Amino acid sequence: MQSPIKYLSHKGWHQTAIIAIIGGIYILGSQILNFDNLNGLLAVPKAFAWLGVNFKPTAHSMQYFPRIWQKLIQTVLLAISSTMVAAIIAIFVALLGSKVTGINGFVQTIVRAIASFFRNIPLVAWSMILLFSFKQSDFTGFLALLLMSVGYLIRAFMEIIEDEASETMLALKATGASYFQVIFQAVLPQILPSILSWILYMIENNVRDATLVGILTGTGIGFIFDIYYKSFRFDAAGMTVLAIIFVVIALETISNQIRKVIL
Amino acid sequence: MTDSQDSIIQKSKLPNSPEIKLHERSLSRTMILVVFVSLLLITGYTLTHLDTAGVQINQALKELMTTLNQMFLQPNAGTDGLPLLMEALGNSVLLSILTTIIGAVFGFLFAVLASKNLTNAYLGAGIRVIMAVIRAIPTIIWALIFSIVCGLGTTAAILGLSFHSIAYLTKAYSESIEGIDNAKIESLKVTGAKFWVIVFQAIWPTIVASFVSWTFIRLEINFANAIAVGAAAGAGGIGYQLFVASGMSFDFHETGLIVYLVILVTFVLEFIAVKIRQYYLNR
Repeated sequence: MQSPIKYLSHKGWHQTAIIAIIGGIYILGSQILNFDNLNGLLAVPKAFAWLGVNFKPTAHSMQYFPRIWQKLIQTVLLAISSTMVAAIIAIFVALLGSKVTGINGFVQTIVRAIASFFRNIPLVAWSMILLFSFKQSDFTGFLALLLMSVGYLIRAFMEIIEDEASETMLALKATGASYFQVIFQAVLPQILPSILSWILYMIENNVRDATLVGILTGTGIGFIFDIYYKSFRFDAAGMTVLAIIFVVIALETISNQIRKVIL
Repeated sequence: MTDSQDSIIQKSKLPNSPEIKLHERSLSRTMILVVFVSLLLITGYTLTHLDTAGVQINQALKELMTTLNQMFLQPNAGTDGLPLLMEALGNSVLLSILTTIIGAVFGFLFAVLASKNLTNAYLGAGIRVIMAVIRAIPTIIWALIFSIVCGLGTTAAILGLSFHSIAYLTKAYSESIEGIDNAKIESLKVTGAKFWVIVFQAIWPTIVASFVSWTFIRLEINFANAIAVGAAAGAGGIGYQLFVASGMSFDFHETGLIVYLVILVTFVLEFIAVKIRQYYLNR
């Protein structure tokens, strides 16, 4: 066994080394990227002062409100529907691909590869490719969010099945229940709360991502923010941001309340 | 005689209810049902009222297939050349590492100040509300806001990404800190240890594994965000190249190569994250 002094000196050396490495990476990184730390830090209060003056919605900007609100609701609906369609696809794929309920090793590997492929293609790439074929419409935004969510949800659902349902699966198989009986009577009901929790998380996430998709594909709240921002109508842009904050926090609060009840 | 026989040979008692209840009624079950049904109804409504701008789906799908074929089966470096793309990729990776470091340092400080079991309730609540507001604003909007003050470029991207990272990590870390057994903190307080001594000698060693996990999750998110900010806010890096290739010059061969490069980097980041997490969990 180590002596306490030796242990402490080793620990101290270890910590210093890690801090030095991280600090070194940071300094080198800011050199390469030409990031001026001091000016960057000074820009923060300047940005907020600027925000306070220019982004403040005035009585004049109330005229934009109905349009912003309509686009925002549209974005939320799009986020919900893309998440739900993705969830329905993902649950079947996850059942096929998880180690517990999966068919065989080959299918499992394929499913895993496809899921991580979909997950890691940047949202920007999906948006731009889809924009090229599907033009500027809500459907494009829907598809981009859907393709992104599918990858995430397949992985999440597979992990849920493997974590929560493996014992149930074993127990019911031992009683002689058929594969479909086990899936529909035991596995699905058991994992439903966790799945719902993930769906709620994905909806929140998709509302935020929809802003990016919107800026790129010209749909929903992102598009309207981009228009106001680029035409220097900053009071309207500020109003859009306030509306986004309101909706995201409301969604977060609602899903936290739902999670408290179901989990 | 018959009486005693009856009492000896008793029939086995049946349970009172003739049916076995398969599903117990509970608030949780009702809630799940209600939420699922309402979400499905919303989905149905949205999908039937979706604006498709009169696109012929068959035609569009055929075009999409051609594009995907060009992207994934015939990738090449296009007019920009591989060295330029690699440089842009390196810049994006550095951007995500830098912002994650900033996020981790400030996030930990704020998390300590915001955790319910460490500080007074008002300060904690104040920080949590501010962080919730910062988190609610998408990264891309933060980057656009900062780009007005600092001009388009790396500084705006770094500030924008850092802001969201700090808010995200503050929440993640403070949840880990709040999970610590209170007895640990109390016993150190009794010995007269100062606040920061408690933080670095008791709290830090306890949460270091989850700290590392959350930081690496954020690194992966930041890499994805760095690409998004590069594309939509013109902040440079591989995201900008991706945007130009796919949205301006329509060179889908180059887009394909960029996507492959990005996927490669995310795999490497994931691999490193798994290794480091294992190291900290097994200690």
